[in-house]
Formats: sequence, C-alpha cells, structure tokens
Amino acid sequence: MFKRTAAVAALSLAVLAGCGDAGDSSGSGEPGGGKTLTVFAAASLTEAFTELGRTFEGAHPGVKVRFQFGGSSTLAQQITQGAPADVFAAASPATMKTVTDAGDASGRPQTFTRNRLVIAVPKGDPGKVAKVGDLGRRGLKVVLCAVQVPCGAAAETALAVAGVEVEPVSREKDVKAVLTKVGLGEADAGLVYRTDVKAAGGEVTGIEFPEAAKAINDYPIVEVAKAPQGALAGEFIRLVVGEQGRAVLSRAGFEGP
Amino acid sequence: MTRPRRASREAREADRLPGRPPWVLLAPALLGLAFLVLPLLGLLVRAPWSTLGTRLLQAQVLEALRLSLLTATLATGLCLLLGVPLAWTLARVRFPAARLVRALVTVPLVLPPVVGGVALLLVLGRRGLVGGWLDRAFGLTFPFTTAGVVLAEAFVAMPFLVISVEGALRAADLRYEEAAATLGAGRWTIFRRVTLPLVAPGVAAGSILCWARALGEFGATITFAGNFPGRTQTMPLAVYLALETDPQAAIVLSLVLLAVSVAVLAVLRDRWVGGAR
Repeated sequence: MFKRTAAVAALSLAVLAGCGDAGDSSGSGEPGGGKTLTVFAAASLTEAFTELGRTFEGAHPGVKVRFQFGGSSTLAQQITQGAPADVFAAASPATMKTVTDAGDASGRPQTFTRNRLVIAVPKGDPGKVAKVGDLGRRGLKVVLCAVQVPCGAAAETALAVAGVEVEPVSREKDVKAVLTKVGLGEADAGLVYRTDVKAAGGEVTGIEFPEAAKAINDYPIVEVAKAPQGALAGEFIRLVVGEQGRAVLSRAGFEGP
Repeated sequence: MTRPRRASREAREADRLPGRPPWVLLAPALLGLAFLVLPLLGLLVRAPWSTLGTRLLQAQVLEALRLSLLTATLATGLCLLLGVPLAWTLARVRFPAARLVRALVTVPLVLPPVVGGVALLLVLGRRGLVGGWLDRAFGLTFPFTTAGVVLAEAFVAMPFLVISVEGALRAADLRYEEAAATLGAGRWTIFRRVTLPLVAPGVAAGSILCWARALGEFGATITFAGNFPGRTQTMPLAVYLALETDPQAAIVLSLVLLAVSVAVLAVLRDRWVGGAR
C-alpha cells in the first residue's frame, strides 16, 4: 500500500513539476507556444482520448497534451487533493460529483458519451454462457468490479434489473482487471464495458444483454477550477463533445450522449 | 617507534568517535529519518480519532484483519518449510550456477509485485503450466481462494527469509558441525541438533521480516487471488478500495496495519533477535 501511495505521490509531483514548467513559459511568445494541457481521464477512455490528443496537438502547434488515465474515483480524489489538472473526464456522474461538490470544477459537467456493459467470456466460452441468467449458475466463476468503482456500481444495477443473483469469486479494483482475469481464462465470465471487449481484440468475446440498457454509464467532462491552462481546456472539451470526438468515440464502441 | 604511537592515537580517536558525530553525516541522517517517519506521523495526525472505535469494529474490517493475520502466518510457515532448506543448500552445497540460482532467489525482492502476480497466474492459474494440470487431475485451483493469497504472499516474502537464514549459516562456526560428525552424528541429526539451533536467531529474524512483508503484500495478492471479503480481501486490499470512496476509512485501516507492523517489528525483533547482535 505504501508503495502505491508513493507512486501516486511521485506521479502527482511529476505532474506538478510539468505544469509548473508549462505555466512559466505560457506568458511568453506566440499563442500556444510550449504549453502543456493536462487531462485526467477514466481508464476506459485510454484509446479514444489518446487519438483525440494527437488531433488536438495537430491543430495547436506547440501544445502538448498529457494524459493521466486511471480509475475515475482515484483521479477524482487526486483532483480534490489539488492535483493540477486542466480537464477531468469521469466514467460516472457519481465520481464527477466528488469533484463538483468540492468546488473543484469550473462550470457544469457535460455528458459527452455513454458506455454499456456486456458479458465478457474467454475465447471458446468454456463456461457455456449465453445470457445474463447464466451468470447465477452454481460453480460458474464470475468476476465483477468492486462496487466502489463505476463499473461495479453499473454491474449491481444491471444484475438487479435482470433479477439474477450472482455470487462473484472476486470483486476487482477496476474494469481492466476483470478483463485480464477473463482473458486468461481464470474466470468464466465477467461484466465489462463494450469498449473494453473491443479494445481486447479477440482475446474475449462480448455478449450483449438487454438489461444493460438500464445501467448505462454516462461520462461527464469538465474544466477543472484553477486549471493552469483554462483556455486550452475549453477547446479540448469542445473537440471531445464535437463531431470529431463523437466519431472517434463511436469507433471505440461508445454510444452517443 | 612511530607505529605504536599512531596506533595509540587511533585508539584515542576511536574512543571519542561515538560522542562526536560529524555534522556532514548527521544532517542527512536526520533528514532521512524524517523522510521515513513523517508520512507515518501524517497518518496519525489525519486519523479520524473520534469515530475510530466504531470504524474498527465494522465486520468487514475485522474480517480483513483476521484474514491478513491468518494468511501472513500461513505464508511464513510455508516459507520456513521451503526457505530454510533452500538457504541451507545455497550456503553449504557447492554446485554449478550457484550465482545464478542465488540471483533468481532474490528476484521477487525487486520484481514489481503485480508482475509476480501475473507470473503466478500464468503458472499456477486454472490454465497455467502447473495449475492446468492440478485442475484436471485433482480439481485444485488457486486463484480466488485463500490458498492463492498464501501463495502470492509467500512468493513475495520468501526471499527475506532465505537471505537472513543464508547469512546466518555462512556466519555460523562450522567446527561444531564437524565435531558432531566426528562423534558419529548423521547429517540429518547434525542439521536438526546443531546447525538449526546455531542459526535460530537468524531464522527468527527472517521469519519476522517475512511475516511483516506478507502482511503488507498488495500487488501480487490482488492480481493472483483477486478481492473478495472474507476469502481473499486482506487489509492492504481493503485499504486500496476504501481509498476510492472513503479516504477516512482508508486512513483507519492503514493505521491498524501500521500499528500491527510496528508492534511486531519492534517487540519481537528485540526479544527474539537481541542475542544475535
């Protein structure tokens, strides 16, 4: 645990130092010259946002976009503890609320995309899972996200709507950990986002189920109060909610807001 | 003429040394101490003392603590069973590639624990090299079980034991063993009656370090054994998940872990290992 805390501290320091540099040079010279935009985003946005970051850098010569991807709750905690982020994109309104309640958001968060849960099964489906009802079967090894993280909260809702009682063998710390355990075949099934199955590229198979529609995760995005690069933050958010952003996100498997 | 005079001057200097530490060393030493101790004090300062009692008595906290103590103890037992013979082999048997083997034994010390967890999954998982066979032959699987937690902790903690015991064995006086051999004792008897008692303080020190390391294990455990209250959720895992939503609860859990670790390292180390110094 101490190791992890130390890593977080080191990372925050690194981000701090980076932003300090950017702040120092921002006053001088041409617009955008040598600035760094810092975006904190949910881990599930990794692929889509990395692509949007490159687009943004292309349109703003001299600007670097730096991402910190991670569990939404962890990122939210870091922002409320003063991590110098410019933009925060969360995987659920609940984690965003942590930031807005603390007065660390500038303006109201906008929902820019949505994600749907699917059942992920290993290649070949050894547990013979076809529908959500199968998850309650005795002896089937199911892994879910911990209820403290957005994918876990969504899983609880979806399973409750489906009326299936699942006794998972593990409650993982994030959705990528669920994916790993299913991909390695240690678990027979897990609930992950549709985008995760897409990003896993054939390692796991996704099974859609209608009850997932009742547990769709809204992804809000907001400019952080006291953002070191406030103007750029606004422009990045416009890119994400705009047509280009929507196209990239839908290719990754996200749904329109 | 000059030699004895210099020797006596060195002796005088040495006598005075303990009372006169050079500031060049003392300042960074104090800074180092502060760096290690201040974060722990931070926990104490920020702890929600008023609600501490009720938070501690929550079923989930007690369950995680019980599981942590149980698995760390079992892991230490496993390490003793396998680690002492391993240390003896490293210290007393000459074999080719001894250097390489010694390096391999200490790899878990520097390996990121998450990597250790992944490695364990690939070997002992349900589809792993060994785990697959165990599952087919005996229906035995480790991931998501308390046994899996014990294995993950033992993997990370065993090097601490092996290094301590090997060091003690190398420092031990071989003449006692030779004397026992000339008196007709067999190898196994010598090991049990002479070698083991000789290195007992080293074994005790290693066990304590091993136990404390197992107690704090996080990465390999959550990767290999998963996280389920009462079965695989140890204290460090509970702390991590509490941090997601309730930092106050995480501080309380951290405090418990800190108290247990400090108590064990301070009290037991002095009592059991005092004689080794």
